[in-house]
Amino acid sequence: MSVLDIGRGEAAPMRLRLEPAAVVWICVALLILWCETAGGGVAALHAFPKAWTLPIATWIGDAVAALIGPTQGFFRQITAALTLPLSALQAVLGGAPWVITTAVAVLLAFRAKGARLAAFTAAVAAYVLVGGYWAPTMNTLAAVALATPIAVLIGFGLGVIGYRHAAARHGILVLLDLMQTVPTFAYLIPILVLFGFGPVVGIIASAIYAIGPMANNTMLGLAQVPLAVREAGEMSGCTRRQLFWRVEFPSARSQLLVGVNQTVMAVFAMVIIAAVIGGADDIGFRVLQTMRQAQFGQGLLSGLVIALLAIVIDRTTAGFAAASRAPVRRLSSRTLTVIACALAALYVAAWLQPALDAFPTEWTYSPAEALNRWLLAFVARFGDVMIAIKNSAIFFLMLPLRIGLIKAVSPFGWGFTLTPAMIAGYWAVATIAAGAALLFGGRWRAAFAILGVAWMLFLGTTGVAWPGFVAVVAALAWQVGGARLGAFALAAMAFIAFSGSWGDAMQSLYLCALAVVICVAVGGALGVWAAENDHVSACLRPVLDTLQTIPQFVLLIPVLMLFQVGEFTALIAIVMYAIVPPIRYVEHGVRNVSPEVVEASRQMGCSRLQILRHVKLPMALPSIMLGLNQTILAALSMLAIAALVGTQGLAQAIYVALSKADVGKGLVAGLSIALIAMLSDRMLKAWSRRAQEALGS
Amino acid sequence: MTDKARSTKLACRNVWKVFGEGAERAFAKPVQRSLEARLAALRDGGHVPAVADVSFDVAEGECLVIMGLSGSGKSTLVRCLSRLVEPTSGEVIFEGRDLMRLSRRELTEVRRHKMGMVFQAFGLLPHLTVLENVAFPLQVQGVGEAERRKRALEMVGLVGLAGREDAYPRQLSGGQQQRVGIARSLAVGPDLWFLDEPFSALDPLIRKQMQDEFLRLQRTLRKTIVFITHDFLEALKIADRVVIMRDGRVVQIGRPADLVLNPADEYVARFVADVPLLRVITAGDVEEPVGGACAAHGGVSRSTPIEALLARLADVAAVPITEDGALVGQVTSAGVMKAVAAASARADRGWTVERA
Repeated sequence: MSVLDIGRGEAAPMRLRLEPAAVVWICVALLILWCETAGGGVAALHAFPKAWTLPIATWIGDAVAALIGPTQGFFRQITAALTLPLSALQAVLGGAPWVITTAVAVLLAFRAKGARLAAFTAAVAAYVLVGGYWAPTMNTLAAVALATPIAVLIGFGLGVIGYRHAAARHGILVLLDLMQTVPTFAYLIPILVLFGFGPVVGIIASAIYAIGPMANNTMLGLAQVPLAVREAGEMSGCTRRQLFWRVEFPSARSQLLVGVNQTVMAVFAMVIIAAVIGGADDIGFRVLQTMRQAQFGQGLLSGLVIALLAIVIDRTTAGFAAASRAPVRRLSSRTLTVIACALAALYVAAWLQPALDAFPTEWTYSPAEALNRWLLAFVARFGDVMIAIKNSAIFFLMLPLRIGLIKAVSPFGWGFTLTPAMIAGYWAVATIAAGAALLFGGRWRAAFAILGVAWMLFLGTTGVAWPGFVAVVAALAWQVGGARLGAFALAAMAFIAFSGSWGDAMQSLYLCALAVVICVAVGGALGVWAAENDHVSACLRPVLDTLQTIPQFVLLIPVLMLFQVGEFTALIAIVMYAIVPPIRYVEHGVRNVSPEVVEASRQMGCSRLQILRHVKLPMALPSIMLGLNQTILAALSMLAIAALVGTQGLAQAIYVALSKADVGKGLVAGLSIALIAMLSDRMLKAWSRRAQEALGS
Repeated sequence: MTDKARSTKLACRNVWKVFGEGAERAFAKPVQRSLEARLAALRDGGHVPAVADVSFDVAEGECLVIMGLSGSGKSTLVRCLSRLVEPTSGEVIFEGRDLMRLSRRELTEVRRHKMGMVFQAFGLLPHLTVLENVAFPLQVQGVGEAERRKRALEMVGLVGLAGREDAYPRQLSGGQQQRVGIARSLAVGPDLWFLDEPFSALDPLIRKQMQDEFLRLQRTLRKTIVFITHDFLEALKIADRVVIMRDGRVVQIGRPADLVLNPADEYVARFVADVPLLRVITAGDVEEPVGGACAAHGGVSRSTPIEALLARLADVAAVPITEDGALVGQVTSAGVMKAVAAASARADRGWTVERA
């Protein structure tokens, strides 16, 4: 629709009609114009004034401190109570002969998914043994084995309550939403303060972190039980308890097992990250240690252990979940006897032959040194290229977005400074482009978007006037999601500004926005390609699976090796993690366009490109929007981890707060990230819903 | 028909079900207006009266079919009868007891021993085998393993699934799954059998086969049945009496022939317009007093469908109707023609009204 609807009838008088939305945007544009020109001299319009901020962090810190006083004893008792089972598990897993542990793992993998996964598991076990990572791996597995049942039980309980009581469901969903969006490091801090230091705290943090997927899947699974099945149970004369345990629970079993799979993976990822607060000699700690000492060979080798373990655990638990959909193949008692006898025989063998019990150190071999030498040679040979790539990205991409062209264009990076004529030219081009969009296409939304991007690029996320930025976001939220979402946007930004996190937030925003743009551009193209070409799809799938399975932390290692500490490294790491959803969602959306419509357009004589441009992409829009949403959430969650390799902004603030155990600052920064994540999530979901409705499905 | 001789098994008195928030309160408001006004008031308040003031009796051993288009409230009604859906108001009297007054525990007992239900979507438990599914109602009431197995095997045999006891629901076709559903609903030997569109999800040929099997089962079991369907031909085939519902209300209750010969309104008339008339009406429906010389020899019963008499009516003027060997009336070609003509005239009128 055009902003000006001009009557063209010969006799009809000229009519001007403005859409209300366009009026709002004109006001926003005028506000920005005023802020950047007339108000240009007022510092308060650019950096949010310090004098206006409220000591929210101190309040939170005090509140938590007040809470801790009387309750700490209780929490410390939980810590103490968990120490015993942890040491027991560590003793069992660490003390068991490696042949037995490996045999059990291989058998489980075989039962879950067949011979290929069994072989892979055996290979992973061999790698861990030969690489000399057996002991830390067993410690990690002991932590996972303890945290998983806790998370599963609590998550299941919460899920059942949420399913049964509509009133509680709302609260639980908000809680889960927060837990999903508050960065992991941020809530490590209060846990640290409440439960103290040590390996058990990592387990508690992991268990709490992993409640979410279990609770979600429990609610989903129970809600999906067909009504007829439930009614059949009632008509069979089930009591309430029988109805739950004999009808609903078994009917939801597959979904519950999917929940267990996701919970194990979340626990595993968090156990690795919890190494940051230290305590145990586990595999996460090994990686962190080697990274801190810049021993990249060792870092890569131990990081590989984590990646491989993640794949084995994921495929095995997912295999059990998938198998539960097919008819159950119960093991015969004979098979079970044979297995038990074989394991007993192995145990006796291990007892007679010590090499089968503890893996002899002289059998281990670590190519770390060779790897380091190779890496040094690589850097010596290609270092220039790496630095060139990094610098051009920084000068031409990252700096302009962060501090704006006006500051980034300098003789140092670009070889020249902006003259007033160039600035005038820049704005002239932007204005002409916007005007063309308005006059020839009648697309006022595109015109405003062009001007907005030009404004953002010119001043950078940290340079734009904050009232203007607030107005843009609030107006966008209002437009896609109505007054309530607009109010939420205002409230979220008010929290960020008044808690004194505005500057940090803008630093984080630029990094995330850039990563998301790259992910959507590259990932979207790959997704389309994969949708149109089965070979590409088949090649991409294992890569995506791996990127999604391995803990985020591990992704940092290779990037860090190549590009050293810095924001560029963080950018690449975020892109590596957040590129998965756009590929997946775009491919899914484009592939699932109804074949009848595609057939109809082919019959009408559309070329392949035309079908893609005019049929498939528009129809896949809702799915693409959801992919964008997941990309942003993934980028924000990776941002928090990437603080380890040096970023500025909210994530770094959390990391610093963690090292000082400063609950208030950590939570304020964490909540800021969570609010940004929730806001973008609500906006994109609302947008996707509108797109869906427009398509009439 | 010997309906009157049989005792009433299930009676439903002024049953209402109103959906929507605060429906109970809206419904409880004092009423002095007509049913129409009351329904309009409820709808205006944003409530959905799915079942409105429904009353009927089901006699012991009778097969009562509840019929209506989708959204007419028939599924909700059958759920009100077993309190799977809690009625907003009314009484459901089963064997002299008002089910509405039972505690949850008592209700569970009634369901365990007296009721069976078959669902359109089958409602089989995916994690149990055929045999375990059939044995499930026995299991929840605590019947021992051996007894359970014996009864379940018997039921599986009864519905013709012997040999598939260890299959899982997902390995069965739709028709087979519904056989499991039927076997399960019969496992406890219920007195009252609810079937909610049991064959609607099946292919036409399978549906016909299942209907025939249902009739075979019913001939031996003689259960008291409430059967839901939207297919009038299905209703004709199995019903002793039919309840026609529209927008939650009962439009007409009667034998299939009553509905065809004397439809209460145009809605019913349109429903029955395509019915093969001669298969529905019986000798009793077109019975005339005996006139002139008509021998009792070769007499037919009142329940004989006219279709079966067509060949004879082509040759002779009148076919005698006998009851216990005594001549009670006759069927004439003219009488049959009159009934057919009246029905088709009604169907024509129905069309004109609809067009206008």
